[in-house]
Amino acid sequence: MDTRPRRAWRAWLARAAVLGLVLFVAACGENYHQSTLQPKSDITRMIDGLFRTTFLWAMIVFVLVEAALIYALWRFRAKPNDPEPVQSHGNTTLEIIWTAIPALILVVIAVPTVKTIFKTSLPAPNPEVEVEVIGHQWWWEFRYPKLGIVTANEMVVPVSKMVGLRMWSADVLHSFWSPQLAAKRDVFPIFPQTKYKKVNPLWFTADSVGDYSGQCAELCGIQHGRMGLRVQVLSDADFQAWVAQQRVGSPLVDGGKPPAAVDSAWKADTVHTKGQAAFVAGGCIGCHAMVGTPLASALTLRGPNLSHVGSRTTIGANMYENNPTNLAQWLRDPQGMKKGSHMILPRPLTETEIAQLVAYLRMHK
Amino acid sequence: MATSVLEHRAPAMPHAHPKTGLWSWITTVDHKRIGILYGATAFLFFLLGGLEALIIRLQLTGPNGKLVDPDTYNALFTMHGTTMIFLGVMPLSAMFFNYFIPLQIGARDVAFPRLNAFSYWVFLLGGIFINISFLVGAPPDGGWFGYANLTSSRVIPSTAAAPAPGLNIDFWVIGLQILGIASIAAALNFFVTIVNLRAPGMKMLRMPMFVWMSFVVQVLLLLAFPVITVALIYLMMDRNFGTSFFMPDGGGDPIMWQHLFWIFGHPEVYILILPAFGIASEILPVFSRKPLFGYTAMVFSGIFIGFVGFGVWSHHMFATGMGPFADTFFSLATMVIALPTGVKIFNWIGTIWGGSLRYTTAMMMAIAMVALFVIGGLSGVMHSSAPADLQQTDTYFIVAHFHYVLFGGAIFGLTAGAYYWWPKMFGRLLDEKLGKAHFWLMFLGMNATFFPMHILGLNGMPRRVYSYPEGLNFEFWNLIETVGAFVLAFSFLIFLVNIIKTWMGPRNAPADPWHGATLEWAIPSPPQEFNFPKLPQVGSSVPQWDARRAAGGHLPEPALVSGEGIHMPNPSFWPLMAAIGVNLTLGSLLFIRQLPYWYGLTLFGAAWLFVSVYKWAFEPAH
Repeated sequence: MDTRPRRAWRAWLARAAVLGLVLFVAACGENYHQSTLQPKSDITRMIDGLFRTTFLWAMIVFVLVEAALIYALWRFRAKPNDPEPVQSHGNTTLEIIWTAIPALILVVIAVPTVKTIFKTSLPAPNPEVEVEVIGHQWWWEFRYPKLGIVTANEMVVPVSKMVGLRMWSADVLHSFWSPQLAAKRDVFPIFPQTKYKKVNPLWFTADSVGDYSGQCAELCGIQHGRMGLRVQVLSDADFQAWVAQQRVGSPLVDGGKPPAAVDSAWKADTVHTKGQAAFVAGGCIGCHAMVGTPLASALTLRGPNLSHVGSRTTIGANMYENNPTNLAQWLRDPQGMKKGSHMILPRPLTETEIAQLVAYLRMHK
Repeated sequence: MATSVLEHRAPAMPHAHPKTGLWSWITTVDHKRIGILYGATAFLFFLLGGLEALIIRLQLTGPNGKLVDPDTYNALFTMHGTTMIFLGVMPLSAMFFNYFIPLQIGARDVAFPRLNAFSYWVFLLGGIFINISFLVGAPPDGGWFGYANLTSSRVIPSTAAAPAPGLNIDFWVIGLQILGIASIAAALNFFVTIVNLRAPGMKMLRMPMFVWMSFVVQVLLLLAFPVITVALIYLMMDRNFGTSFFMPDGGGDPIMWQHLFWIFGHPEVYILILPAFGIASEILPVFSRKPLFGYTAMVFSGIFIGFVGFGVWSHHMFATGMGPFADTFFSLATMVIALPTGVKIFNWIGTIWGGSLRYTTAMMMAIAMVALFVIGGLSGVMHSSAPADLQQTDTYFIVAHFHYVLFGGAIFGLTAGAYYWWPKMFGRLLDEKLGKAHFWLMFLGMNATFFPMHILGLNGMPRRVYSYPEGLNFEFWNLIETVGAFVLAFSFLIFLVNIIKTWMGPRNAPADPWHGATLEWAIPSPPQEFNFPKLPQVGSSVPQWDARRAAGGHLPEPALVSGEGIHMPNPSFWPLMAAIGVNLTLGSLLFIRQLPYWYGLTLFGAAWLFVSVYKWAFEPAH
């Protein structure tokens, strides 16, 4: 018997196996920068471990069931003049076995599941840094009530310290998702005038310094797709420096008044004075709190607090790199940069104003 | 298998539907013709939903896709989901319910033939209604799950800060209400049909498995649809009449919408999949030449799935922060559903085990349904674990999961049913060569489209995003998915070619081309209007095999007989009129904000409906 076709078949199988392995490695590689399979905190490691247990059992069941199916498909294919097969109607013992074995596997999955539920779904036991997360269409507000900081779209936390989040929304449902650090939880709207106050907790202790991306995971309108966020994990010293910088002019510190020395330095700087004039004249002040302006202490404006926007790495909720070109384009045509965004200019800004504003916003780090 | 078909190829038969012409279709109350209408309509909607999916895939092929605007994209995935669920898979199942429940239980029609026509017309008009939204530039865009308070934004009063939203969500709310009427009417009809019209000797535990699973589906429909009906009324009132059921700024609770939606939404998943389970349970025994393994276990696992299906809804809401006790309950309840589902899978393998398997297209589709559903079931177990679901929910991992269940499961099962029952419905066998090309491309395309979604979801790609940035490394698998989607679309093009080719070809199907086990194979293909000249006597769950065995392995071709003396219901066009009345009455609600006298329109619709129902009720039988 000629065995060549069979060998060719085996060679193809080997090639397919290699290809499969390559794809598999590619699938769990380090290249995904928002991957749940690359956990970088205690809570995401816990969830990842649970997932891997479940995944392992699922793979075992998958291989056994599909192998039995494929074997039967090959073994029992019709041959010419097959007699009528034995007309079996079932087997109670088998029914019991193939109910009991999956039930046992489920118990193996269920026990760690329940244990993990009781750890993950409760508020942080004793957070060292507390952050309030407020979802807005379509950006994230982060407030540090104890540290006196209000910022947007980029949360900054120290490494190896437990961060406790308290989360809600200012308009519709959103879902805070930081795959590598905090998993996800939905945020629900809270309005001052009503009794409905659902604040959702989440917590994590980041285990390595780095810059992690995440995004909104609940459909929240036209720009849901680009309601991104970043979490920067800093060393303790870097974090303290960041805190000191962000406290200047924060609405939560001295009603938004910067220290006198800083204030007088700004007033001597034409970049600041011209920029601030454009900020007021162009109508930015209607939606954005900003250091040095009369509304520096406002907490309920529509847009993000811009007091330290120069220190952020991105604009438009992690959509564009924060550089002069993108910032200028954003001021020129926010709807073109992010269609449907609530940033609507009261009037088009002049190129001079845009240049003054870009310099002003980048100066305030 | 081809040989067995040739052996039994019958001579051309006279036309089995003596009545022809457009009017005969408009006024028909024949369950078989209504089944064909359901099938043709649902298939067109299915192609429309597929087209929407292709645009979605093109948009996501590369990073920062610019093919469509973000608002158009939101409308596309909303309408893709809504269309596939309510206008594709459910009515495709309804096609088989209509055509084959009466045939399989040995009945001459459904219990309420005119109500059956009414269901179809309401479905057709409702489907058109919800799609008209595209033509007026206000397609629904709040997701098929329409989460409040994004969808409940108050319409009155509107201010500059909160401008009045468009009609997008109103089209969705009213459209679903209309479709719900069609579903509930049809479910009542089939429920009564199965309970009351079984042939002599067909005890409940002798019913074909397709009828059993259909029966469970009707119960689920009857219990689940009223919930969504009520929820949609609340939502409509929030939008138009200043209530605050789901509006936190008025003291309402948006999570209540989620509970109501998913108490409907989770049984809905079983409404979509159980018919396919039933179809596979018909096909696997016939092409294995063995009865269904574990018939009783299959029946009770189906009932159990339906029952527990009402107790797991909150596993869609693990990220809402329900607290550890609710999370635990819904995690464990969801895991329990894996058991009866596993029983079904194992019994299907038990059915083919030791058989003599004939690989027809129908058989291959049914086997693929089993193989692919296993994948969807296992990923389902993965997110039954609430903490793991905190990472997986609202990502492409979930999209992968439910497409394995609904495409791999439901669509493969329904397509298997199409190849299996086509000769019975049209008297013509679909081409097997084209069928196998269809199968392989569909199988390949399905896996290329949906398998990479597992990888992307776990690696951080959320759902419902109109584009993704560079740098997250999502490009490669998204490209593969888009290619897969076009392979999938091409496979259905082959199916269309097969349908046209078969339609133009000769009537070549004998009464029983596959050596079937159930009653529909005992009568000519296609059946005469009255189905059974004499009601059959049933002694087991495989009556046609009994008959074949008693006849020594060969049954003569059943003769066409005159239907004289058999009373069949007369055609009526009042069901269509009543359906138009329903659409006018509910559709008028669109104009609450547009017309000062919208209630005049509502009253006009209600009067139309009243007259139609009155004429329907007192229509003389002749």
